[in-house]
Amino acid sequence: METVLIRLGLTLSQIVVVMVAVLLTVAALTLLERKVLGWMQDRMGPMEVGPYGILQPVADGLKLFFKEDIIPAGANKFMFSMAPVLSLVPALIGFAVIPFGPDWTVDVGGVNFKPFVITDINIGVLYILAFASIGAYGIILGGWSSNSKYSLLGGLRSAAQLISYELNVGLSIVGVLLLSSSLSLVTITNAQAGGFWNWYFFGGGGFPQALAFIVFIISAVAETNRTPFDLPEAESELVAGFFTEYSGMRFAFFFLAEYGNMILVSCVATVLFFGGWHPPYPGTLMEYIGMGHLLWIEGIMWFVLKVAFFLFFFFWIRATLPRLRYDQLMRFGWKVLLPIALANIVVTSIVAFLFPGS
Amino acid sequence: MGTIVFFYFASVIVVTAALVVALRSPVFSALALLVMFFHVAGLFVTLHAEFLAVIQILVYAGAILVLYLFVVMLLNLKGEVHFHHQLTVGLFLGCMVFAEAVLLVLKGESSLQASLSTPKEPAQLMQGNTESIGELLYSTYLFPFEIASLILLVAMVGAVILTKKGILEAKG
Repeated sequence: METVLIRLGLTLSQIVVVMVAVLLTVAALTLLERKVLGWMQDRMGPMEVGPYGILQPVADGLKLFFKEDIIPAGANKFMFSMAPVLSLVPALIGFAVIPFGPDWTVDVGGVNFKPFVITDINIGVLYILAFASIGAYGIILGGWSSNSKYSLLGGLRSAAQLISYELNVGLSIVGVLLLSSSLSLVTITNAQAGGFWNWYFFGGGGFPQALAFIVFIISAVAETNRTPFDLPEAESELVAGFFTEYSGMRFAFFFLAEYGNMILVSCVATVLFFGGWHPPYPGTLMEYIGMGHLLWIEGIMWFVLKVAFFLFFFFWIRATLPRLRYDQLMRFGWKVLLPIALANIVVTSIVAFLFPGS
Repeated sequence: MGTIVFFYFASVIVVTAALVVALRSPVFSALALLVMFFHVAGLFVTLHAEFLAVIQILVYAGAILVLYLFVVMLLNLKGEVHFHHQLTVGLFLGCMVFAEAVLLVLKGESSLQASLSTPKEPAQLMQGNTESIGELLYSTYLFPFEIASLILLVAMVGAVILTKKGILEAKG
């Protein structure tokens, strides 16, 4: 009984730490996105709230919190309230299997406890994919239940886009799974230890997954509904797409879900293709200077750095690329990305078969 | 504990499955089906079949049901549309299944338990059930597996022909 309680307490505290970290990152991202876009367009970005505008997320949050919660006439109330939740939960639940640091096992009161991953299930990759696909429901139902044409069109576009690009995400990571012969994110990370040449992007395991990574990151941008794939919320055509009718906290939930998904996708890209928390050089600096017990600080630092780069990449392409047209989007997904992903699987499996364990 | 969990999942599955056919609005039917899929996945987890559980969510809830919702929204079906013309067929099938269940119970648990209650308690589970499913699919059940993929291929060809029909005719 005691061990159950200890395990429960440890896991809950882990979940709280990860959730707080993710939500704080989301708050920081809302400001950073506007700042980065501002700099790229030779502007200052938000400057009014607090010194240099750094309190802007707090002001935004307060505003959303106190805004009137409007449910449009003719909307399906139950679905209208459910949709934001259905979209936020899948975005946050995926973090449960992401390893943020070294694969250590600590013994706390007779309980084996992994401090840097909430749970290491042996099908972690599939778990993330499954819940990413559930995220579509929030968007579809939000669009449908609003009883508005813009919302419905946005929801429909989003559903088609998610289904098309989900397939590419799934196929692009098969190469990594073949090389690591595991579905557990912890095992995949451990297989990439010892320098950047062991990362799957650069050819760890036998065959570089660079093409697969490009397919993955493009499809991931499409799945998170970000520019240049933001047709579901194209403001010049659809006002705001599926969340046109939402306000206040319900709107905030959709907003949190989008940014949560961005962070999750960046984490997955880091773990699968760029070695997770492993530094790009063999060993760790902390071990060299004789402080091996502190190597987790270095690991988490590298993890955060890599994730931050991908998040910056999201802003970068938003500032650079114009939005695709709907037929271009579909053609690109099915006729360009899908064949590349399939070809990558064929070549990778041949390499993995001919040179096993290289 | 295990029994309570099983009965929770089982009862929710039965109730939501009934709701899928009983609810008037097709969107709510689809949502009931979604809840059912999640609970079936839960049952799989209690059986230590995590791979099947996740695939259940990924394929049925994540892909098939989304497509179904997509169609429902495009057609914008209203609640008044009824499809309940299968009362006789439903009654017939229901009676059959009920009779089967009664027979099984009446025949006593002896024969039933012999066949059901000794699942081959997993020697292969040691290597993780993803690997064992893969091995089974590509060795023991290779033939049914290939047949299934052939059927899917036929369906794909059918879909392509259906969409291309108008284009081909227009070209003469």
